[in-house]
Amino acid sequence: MIVTLSKDVMKVVKDQDVVPFRNRVKEYAVKIKMGLVNQTKLITAASELVRNMLKYASGGEILIEIITKGRDNGIRLTFKDKGPGIPDIDLAMKDGFSTGKSLGLGLPGTKRLVSEFDIKTIVGEGTTVRIIKWANG
Amino acid sequence: MPFDISMILQKKKMQILEIWIKKQLESADLREDLFSNEDLRASCEELLEVLLSSLNEDNLTNPASADFDEVNEILAGISISQARQGFNPRETALFVFGLKESLIEILQEEIKDPQDLFTNCFKLNRLLDTFSITTFETFIKGREEVILRQTDEIAEISTPVIRVWDGILALPIIGTLDSARTQVVMENLLEEIVASGSSIAILDISGVPAVDSLVAQHLIKTVSATRLMGAECIISGIRPEIAQTVVHLGIDLSNIVTKATLASALKFAFQSMKLEVKRVQKDNRNIVS
Ligand SMILES: Nc1ncnc2c1ncn2[C@@H]1O[C@H](COP(=O)(O)OP(=O)(O)OP(=O)(O)O)[C@@H](O)[C@H]1O
Ligand SMILES: [Mg+2]
Repeated sequence: MIVTLSKDVMKVVKDQDVVPFRNRVKEYAVKIKMGLVNQTKLITAASELVRNMLKYASGGEILIEIITKGRDNGIRLTFKDKGPGIPDIDLAMKDGFSTGKSLGLGLPGTKRLVSEFDIKTIVGEGTTVRIIKWANG
Repeated sequence: MPFDISMILQKKKMQILEIWIKKQLESADLREDLFSNEDLRASCEELLEVLLSSLNEDNLTNPASADFDEVNEILAGISISQARQGFNPRETALFVFGLKESLIEILQEEIKDPQDLFTNCFKLNRLLDTFSITTFETFIKGREEVILRQTDEIAEISTPVIRVWDGILALPIIGTLDSARTQVVMENLLEEIVASGSSIAILDISGVPAVDSLVAQHLIKTVSATRLMGAECIISGIRPEIAQTVVHLGIDLSNIVTKATLASALKFAFQSMKLEVKRVQKDNRNIVS
């Protein structure tokens, strides 16, 4: 069973919000003594998702949580936006698919960087991406 | 009988101005170093003049009225310039609050009936409060402009291009590499390649906290642009945790020469320029005649 130990909500609406958000994630990761490699993976994943939120949904809200399951501690991030949604998730999760003339690595890459990855989207309503990175995962 | 307070205030304009200025001069917070007495008087006079000529019985209770556009404009102008000059919010707030107190003081002298006095003070209070809000909003906007300008300056100074050797440039990048920053980096680098006739540029990312797909894309673009100029670009300072993350993310940097440290990048550059760095042996020097 996953238990939330502490949580925090941050709004991201402009490019300038990205760095403070990433720093906050880092603070939390340091707090649960996550190793440097996992920290970097988590921060990079967070960075991808927050940039998608800004680029495709003009911003949204992120829930940052410290969670625990048995003896494992971890960080759970929930990115919620009210953007256009993603019509074909399978396609969006493919390496190299991008509607933004970009590398198309954000979503599939993020999935490879974290312990758990979950995406829910409804066209016209928005997208919610939830990731977990365990401190020793 | 209903009072036309705009008339009363208009008549007492000079008096209001004197009270208002006196209040600010008395206040220990007045920044004489930033604001001379003449400037203060001129600002006060201008604002009061416009306010009293815009004010009438109808718009007194309607702060959103277009009649006050000019008042808001002047207020915004004053508070934005105060923000830029480094006034603190208290000083700027005192300016508007002082006006409110001065107007109310005059009403107190002029209106004898307590009920009338109260009603009119209340209306005036409301109106002036919305002006205070305008002042705060623009003050903060002014400060944000200052911050944005500083951000630009930081981006500018934090991307130096160093000539480490004849024909070799090094560019240490510290902080996040966003689009604006990449633009600055690229421009500086390309200009310097031309100016120095260099054939190798080393982009050192030891100081970049995370390499996500956006940063990677910026790096790739910078490398391509360097190649178009006929120079080679090496990326150095790739820390172990960054290397692992980049691989998982799926970014392909195989077309780019990458090195763990600036030193190994420099060594590579020497090699490709057919330069050799050797320790000179003391004994040998004496033998050669
Ligand atoms: N929050 C979102 N709302 C709407 N569409 C999204 C959102 N996130 C991603 N997408 C869609 O999914 C596609 C794939 O996203 P992904 O992050 O993998 O690649 P990208 O952003 O295009 O490129 P990269 O992240 O490599 O710079 C995007 O091009 C976009 O069409
Ligand atoms: Mg993306």
